[in-house]
Amino acid sequence: MEKIGIVSYGANIPRFRITAEEIAKVWGKDGSTISRGLGINEKSVPSIDQDTATISVEAARAALKRCNINPQDIGAVYIGSESHPYAVKPTGTIVGEAIGATPDLMVADYEFACKAGTAAIQTCTAMVKSDIIKYGLAIGADTSQAAPGDALEYSASAGGAAFIIGKENVIANINHTLSFTTDTPDFWRRAERKYPAHGGRFTGGPAYFKHVSSCAQNLMQKAGTKPEDYTFAVFHQPNGKFPVTVAKKLGFSSEQIKQGLIVPFIGNTYSGASLVGLASVLDVAKPGDRVFLTSYGSGAGSDGFDLTITDNIQNLHRGNAPTVAQMVEDKEYINYGTYAKYTDLLYWE
Amino acid sequence: MRDVAVIGVGMTKFGELWDQSFRHLIAEAGSKAILDAGIEGKDIDAMYVGSMSSGRFVGQEHVGALVADASGFSHTNIPATRVEGACASGGIAVRQGYFSVASGINDVVVVGGIEKMNDVSGAAATETLATAADQEWEAFFGATFPSIYAMMATRHMHEYGTTKKQLAQVAVKNHANGAKNPNAQFRREIPLEAVMNATMVAYPLGLLDCSPVSDGAASIILCAADKAKQYSDNIIQIIGSGQASDTLSLHGRDDICTMQSTVHASQMAYKQAQLTPKDIHVAEVHDCFTIAEIVAVEDLGFVKKGEGGKAIENKITTLDGEIPVNTSGGLKAKGHPVGATGVAQIVEIVEQLRGKADKRQVQDARIGLAHNIGGSGATCTTHILEAK
Amino acid sequence: MRGSVARFWREIPQRYNIMGNKCGCCERVYFPPREACPYCRRKSYGKMNTLQLSGKGEIFSYTIIHVGSEPFANQVPYAVAIIKLDEGPKVTAQIVDCNINDIKIGMKVESTFRRIQDDGYTGAIYYGYKFKPHK
Repeated sequence: MEKIGIVSYGANIPRFRITAEEIAKVWGKDGSTISRGLGINEKSVPSIDQDTATISVEAARAALKRCNINPQDIGAVYIGSESHPYAVKPTGTIVGEAIGATPDLMVADYEFACKAGTAAIQTCTAMVKSDIIKYGLAIGADTSQAAPGDALEYSASAGGAAFIIGKENVIANINHTLSFTTDTPDFWRRAERKYPAHGGRFTGGPAYFKHVSSCAQNLMQKAGTKPEDYTFAVFHQPNGKFPVTVAKKLGFSSEQIKQGLIVPFIGNTYSGASLVGLASVLDVAKPGDRVFLTSYGSGAGSDGFDLTITDNIQNLHRGNAPTVAQMVEDKEYINYGTYAKYTDLLYWE
Repeated sequence: MRDVAVIGVGMTKFGELWDQSFRHLIAEAGSKAILDAGIEGKDIDAMYVGSMSSGRFVGQEHVGALVADASGFSHTNIPATRVEGACASGGIAVRQGYFSVASGINDVVVVGGIEKMNDVSGAAATETLATAADQEWEAFFGATFPSIYAMMATRHMHEYGTTKKQLAQVAVKNHANGAKNPNAQFRREIPLEAVMNATMVAYPLGLLDCSPVSDGAASIILCAADKAKQYSDNIIQIIGSGQASDTLSLHGRDDICTMQSTVHASQMAYKQAQLTPKDIHVAEVHDCFTIAEIVAVEDLGFVKKGEGGKAIENKITTLDGEIPVNTSGGLKAKGHPVGATGVAQIVEIVEQLRGKADKRQVQDARIGLAHNIGGSGATCTTHILEAK
Repeated sequence: MRGSVARFWREIPQRYNIMGNKCGCCERVYFPPREACPYCRRKSYGKMNTLQLSGKGEIFSYTIIHVGSEPFANQVPYAVAIIKLDEGPKVTAQIVDCNINDIKIGMKVESTFRRIQDDGYTGAIYYGYKFKPHK
């Protein structure tokens, strides 16, 4: 059967980190209790000169460095984010220019909370499968913001990953993909507002867990698989607890989710979250490994993917760009004041 | 080509002059020069004005006409031309005025330089000064004007071992000279430690390595030398004039520690005057930053390349040194109203050559040099004058 | 760079991708690209060939800016350097992703895509190159 799937991948995680403890100090809370409760020790912070566009460009360039694709053969670029630099003017065109894929290119920006990037992968897959394009570039990236003092302040972070989808030299075949979607207002940000709002505990059961579980179960039913068939499982990771809980409920082991669970070290990169987890898996995956991915985006929906790693992964020059582990370790700590400056908490005109 | 003399000079005080407008400043400088020359308004054939950025500082362009008008010459309808070459605007105005007399087209010409920098905020003034640099390839990426000279300094320190202390010694010398200049913006000596420990602006340059933001105007009257005797016994002649350009950006040059514009402009002037650097008795050089004076004394040929730091350390360029540099206090202590500087340098040299520099007088100064730079060295004018 | 979207847009190939050109006669490389080679002059008209520079180079000189220009005022202290690119031309750019006290002449660097400045909260955003240590 014709292979369609990931041909190359890349990720980008900003270097600055702020610990949960540092944030908690400011609000008079106990950092270690919060860390334990959320399963997040520290989160990535974008520098003042980094945003979703720069993260997307670096991730896309990393993907191109690993393979031999001519960027002019990329026929579409879709970027999913909650923090596109402009509300109107696409991030996709900035990336398209920066990788040399313009002007014969289809572009649009996506939004679906944290699952906009996986939606982009689904679109590229369909366009490649129908031979509308030779290669598609799907990116999920964010420099997510949280209101000062809000619980989300400990997790909302910055990062992203890029995936080139095609039919030639596929390294991870997309065997199946499906979604589970309802209109569930668990977490949202109104237009023109700076920070999101959410339904508190409502974001758990009826939102994250319902959609991730349903999607995962439907996917395994379609694929005719069981959890033990998979080498790796990656779930959307808004904190360090939800993905562990849902994995267990579905029957996946902690060993299976370990490689793709990055949130304790860099926080929730929103549209980048499950995709950076997937990039982490691809950094170490071997031919024959089977990968299960279920993303989640508030509002709400989950995209599921069943992937098999091919022999071609051995020909991918994975060493030409930093691995997720390397980027997680390449860090510099900052204090809350610097964090406030970088994330524009302090307005100035 | 006939010889050209300077028959009159005048300048305002330089400084933060809140009471004085752009128009007032240039009228004051012009009147002083005209009175000093002993000429009458009807004798003046043309006017040349150097102003870097009147548009951004006081919202006014078309200042050639404005200066003629403000000086009371619009009813004589004289030709008035504004020239611009960033901080070399004054020097270029001098040279254009000089051409117009040397060529025989004009007999008596007023050359003025003016800048009124304090009517805008400090930040706006700084941003305007930065337009002397490459907007697309230096300023756009975050370089400030001091940072460009700072990178020159870092490289000069790397290649020649120049030290921060030597840079500071330039400021100390120029403030010591400025203290003797009634028109200077800063008239206090400053200790070396103050310069070394001043707030950092762009490493290695601190606040006291940088010339200030200033208001001021200066003016000179040029006259054909054979007619100058009608007006003055003391003929100070322009015996050499040179101008040259170089890349706009500092990074465009192979050697960022040498200003080829200075090398070429000064060689042009020396050749015309049939002199060598050793013949110069006193010099006003463009010390917009301390490193600029160090590089200038090398490129003007006073010392070998790389020895500028040692020159200041060994007191070669002090008031009583081998080659006194910036007896006026330089841009550092006298002030740097950008467009006025090139003309004010001529004013100081003329005063020196007339023996009228009072407490700043260099003994037996008969040949002087004025060196004016635009941007980080993209433009240079050099003039050599002699007391005949 | 207030209100200058056209001026910025024109330089996108240079600012995003360090596109320069090479003289077809003497092979000198230029960045930004030139209409003609200053040395070969009219012989080079129509013979300048587009060249994408690698973005790799070394620090030729640098400074640490403590008083930044308006778009950069909130980033002080920040490092600006003249970088000599491997292909020959030099550029001026910020140095990021390292301790500013570790910056030295001769340090090997590579380009990175960053937000350079913007036209205020309602204006356009201008992206371009900065340089980081080459590991």
